[in-house]
Amino acid sequence: MKRFSPVGLLLSFSLLLLASLAQGQNYITLASTTSTQNSGLFAHILPQFTRVSGIEVRVVAVGTGQALRLARNGDADVLLVHHRPSEERFVADQHGVSRQDVMYNDFLIVGPAQDSAGIQGLRDAVAALKKVAKSSAAFVSRGDDSGTHKKELGLWQSAAVEPGADAGAWYRETGSGMGATLNTASAMNAYALVDRGTWLSFKNKGSLQVMVEGDSRLFNPYGVILVNPQKHPHIKETEGNRFIQWLVSPPGQQAIAAFQINGEALFHPNKR
Amino acid sequence: MIEFSEAFGVAFSLLISLDHELAEIVMLSLSVSLVAVFIAIIVGMPLGAALAIFTFPGRKFIIVGLNSLMGLPPVVVGLVVYILLSRSGPLGVLGLLFTPTAMIIAQVILVLPIIAALTRQIVVELWSEYEEQLRSLGATPWQALPTLLWDGRYSLVTAMLAGFGRAIAEVGAVMIVGGNIDHVTRVMTTAIALEVSKGDLALALGLGGVLIFLSVGVNALAYLINKPASLNNPINKPTLFRSPIKENVR
Repeated sequence: MKRFSPVGLLLSFSLLLLASLAQGQNYITLASTTSTQNSGLFAHILPQFTRVSGIEVRVVAVGTGQALRLARNGDADVLLVHHRPSEERFVADQHGVSRQDVMYNDFLIVGPAQDSAGIQGLRDAVAALKKVAKSSAAFVSRGDDSGTHKKELGLWQSAAVEPGADAGAWYRETGSGMGATLNTASAMNAYALVDRGTWLSFKNKGSLQVMVEGDSRLFNPYGVILVNPQKHPHIKETEGNRFIQWLVSPPGQQAIAAFQINGEALFHPNKR
Repeated sequence: MIEFSEAFGVAFSLLISLDHELAEIVMLSLSVSLVAVFIAIIVGMPLGAALAIFTFPGRKFIIVGLNSLMGLPPVVVGLVVYILLSRSGPLGVLGLLFTPTAMIIAQVILVLPIIAALTRQIVVELWSEYEEQLRSLGATPWQALPTLLWDGRYSLVTAMLAGFGRAIAEVGAVMIVGGNIDHVTRVMTTAIALEVSKGDLALALGLGGVLIFLSVGVNALAYLINKPASLNNPINKPTLFRSPIKENVR
């Protein structure tokens, strides 16, 4: 009888794999944050860049802390993250060439509709966090050294609260991405800090609602940096620079502005 | 729970519409895992059989070590492979990080101990049963090794499937060394993780359904390959001394 040939099957798979490896030599690796990927921004703007430049952009989306580490190790050509102090240190330490503003949005404090801490409608993010701590209402933190996590820790510091002391009680660190943290907050009816982009595109909100927005301390700027080719000779300097220039050029900035969900822009370009 | 019915619908429409992007992800999942299992078989089966047949000092330690490695945490494997393949790591010059090759390397490390340990278990039983006969025929352990492997082939399929199951379901290692890059290193499990993080639980669950469907498909195929032989040999007892050549002629 005719039998299947498992070896033949495997060989064809290997060939397929090799074929997929061979294609797309003209690419750069972009280390970026989960907030930009989960919001769908990249899926919207990157095809436009690839169309005009012929350069494919491969996005590795991790927390800002991990993205910085990837870039420091030379595992990415370009870095697009959102924690300005870390970005400036990255450039000062010669890991990156120069930092350019790309876009911004803002953070929100979200929480359950019943709002046991009574913070809905406050304009002052720090005062709101103080109330959350005082009422020991559940708060879910990223706890993953991401840009959002660093921002959150900064806000707690301004509020003179040390939430780490109550870790495991009302303060819960998930140690995972923005989406996973929102899933947790939604299931636990807890408060959380989230960037507007992820929030608008997030589909499992449950009873979560926006509690606090509009505080200038909730400003969330994104910067783009070319990883230093002098430290890592394999960095694709020309292609990387081309991408950065496109991002800050009128077409790139318009592409960012055009990305909207229900008529609301998720990110605002820095230049118009 | 509204998600389950919704997920079922999503899985179904994904399957019948043969969504291009989904097909790409499914093919990459299958390619990476099958190639990894194939490499693990080439290395792991002779290794497991050798551990069953040969006696040498320290063998017990190797066996215990091998058995423990079956429980290797994928995230740790991913991290180690990342450190090795990173541009700042010892193998950085190869530029393999964030490629399917890196994912295959990580999966080989995860699958190899399973295949080697299960092979050893299967061969050790055959060897205890037939050692005297084989030796009386003048076979050296080196000659016995391929014979025993051939003889245990139907049981060894289970070892392969266990290895494949581990590879196709694994997310921690491929996420770190592959980077979950769209169109390049996104596989079923990392795509599911991404949809969960977007809060699109129905789509995530739908993809999960497709992954399970895929796994059933591979196992059914293995069953079909196995079946004709099992019929010839109803109790699936080892058919010692039927030479490979004869087997092929049949």
